[in-house]
Amino acid sequence: MKLLVAVKRVVDYNVKVRVKSDQSGVETSGVKMSMNPFDEIAVEEAIRLKEKGIATEVIAVSLGVTQCQETLRTALAMGADRGILVETDVALEPLAVAKLLKAVVEKEGIDLAILGKQAIDDDMNATGQMLAALLGWPQGTFASKVEIADGVASVTREVDGGLETVALTLPAVVTADLRLNEPRYASLPNIMKARKKTIDVLKPEELGVDPAPRLTIVKVNEPPVRKAGVKVADVAALIDKLRNEAKVI
Amino acid sequence: MTSLVLLDFDANGIKQPSRSAVAAAVKLGDAHGLVAGANVGAVAEAAAKIPGLSKILVVEDAAYANALAEPLSALLVSLAADYSHILAAATAVGKNVLPRVAALLDVQQLSDISDVIDADTFVRPIYAGNALATVKSSDSRKVITVRASSFDPVPAEGGSASIEKISAAAVDGKSKYISSELSKSERPELTAAKIIVSGGRGMQNGENFTKLIDPIAEKLGAAVGASRAAVDAGFVPNDYQVGQTGKIVAPDLYVAIGISGAIQHLAGMKDSKVIVAINKDEDAPIFQVADYGLVGDLFTILPELDKAL
Repeated sequence: MKLLVAVKRVVDYNVKVRVKSDQSGVETSGVKMSMNPFDEIAVEEAIRLKEKGIATEVIAVSLGVTQCQETLRTALAMGADRGILVETDVALEPLAVAKLLKAVVEKEGIDLAILGKQAIDDDMNATGQMLAALLGWPQGTFASKVEIADGVASVTREVDGGLETVALTLPAVVTADLRLNEPRYASLPNIMKARKKTIDVLKPEELGVDPAPRLTIVKVNEPPVRKAGVKVADVAALIDKLRNEAKVI
Repeated sequence: MTSLVLLDFDANGIKQPSRSAVAAAVKLGDAHGLVAGANVGAVAEAAAKIPGLSKILVVEDAAYANALAEPLSALLVSLAADYSHILAAATAVGKNVLPRVAALLDVQQLSDISDVIDADTFVRPIYAGNALATVKSSDSRKVITVRASSFDPVPAEGGSASIEKISAAAVDGKSKYISSELSKSERPELTAAKIIVSGGRGMQNGENFTKLIDPIAEKLGAAVGASRAAVDAGFVPNDYQVGQTGKIVAPDLYVAIGISGAIQHLAGMKDSKVIVAINKDEDAPIFQVADYGLVGDLFTILPELDKAL
């Protein structure tokens, strides 16, 4: 069984982002970039499926600028077998990413695609669902547990009221939520080994996809800043404030 | 120009976030509601009373009983030709179903919008709400999920929509619902609560949630929430999580107990009207957004608070 994991290069989750003064977007030059944390979880899950003998090959795919190769190297160091970069300078939206991934899935004969449920930069939460739709595959989003047996993926999903389990006939798409697993750190020997693994580079046109965005950014603003309030001395003072000043209890 | 709103409901009726999605749809013009499920007669009648909806489309079919994405998205796609905008609240159902609809219609979804500027232009938070993007869509049809905490819900009653029964769309059966493990609680749902009391890693274990937070929540009629750290540590179930990737809430009062205030937690609650922070670390980032801060040991403060309420 061949697995695909999609990995996105995003501003590191520890960076406090700044909006550009011309309101055209968020400052990304000179900022630390990392793999989207949900995608790390997706990579970990794929590698575990290979370690269990369920998957035969794990292919990591990233889409975007040349530097996405670094993100792919991280996935390879964690244990993915090889990488594919779909290289473009176009700012890709989830629909374009899903179309490109579909083309890769069909080219490689993938049986299960695992993605992070959401990228922490655009917070779209859409690519996995879109990929499943375009392929006509079932989807198990926001997964906290995945079990594969007899051509069926049983996926436990984090939903509003708790957990829900669905059974998906493979091939399928799964998107990883926080508690699916705890991703490993790549060891130094594995980082060295990853340098020798293959990364193929493809262009959107080779995959027959027009990646042009459908959304135009009119402007990007800072949200209104919330000011720190006051510290109160004790419980009595707190209750007094809530009752008589804020009037919320 | 008419919008269609996918209404999310459970045994207690139509969920409040769906009424926020209706509020967003009303800003765009005429709106219809969609109720799909098994034995949904009463839900459809409740939907017809929501002001702002002029028609309710109802589909009675077991295929929709568990709100699976595959059949629901096929249904929405079959109805799309009559609508300029398709909306749903950004609940677990909306987030699961709508991107699938968008892809099938070859449309880039507008996720989690926080404001409507005009029929093509919307505001949506990015980077965990640390920036607000105003985006204009060039797609002829829009598919939108709505951040419920950014739109005051329309009332549950006062409208009188017509009800139209429609038939189910074809289902391929590649996905099957197996089971649910839902948290049982007598208290309000997080996304609808006026007051939320949340605990973090500082609570140390799940028993302390039950012993120290529950009685206070009970007295305040509040929902109980948690930080990601508390959920990851197994103190409380996943559906308690407030944050960038958990539930986004904006109650009248949010009480953060033993929560340091990581960016991703603030993303889920910083639009609350009044924020109270109780933490022993006076430098914790949560105090930078709190209206009222109380520095001290929660194991002393919470019993005092319980007694004083």
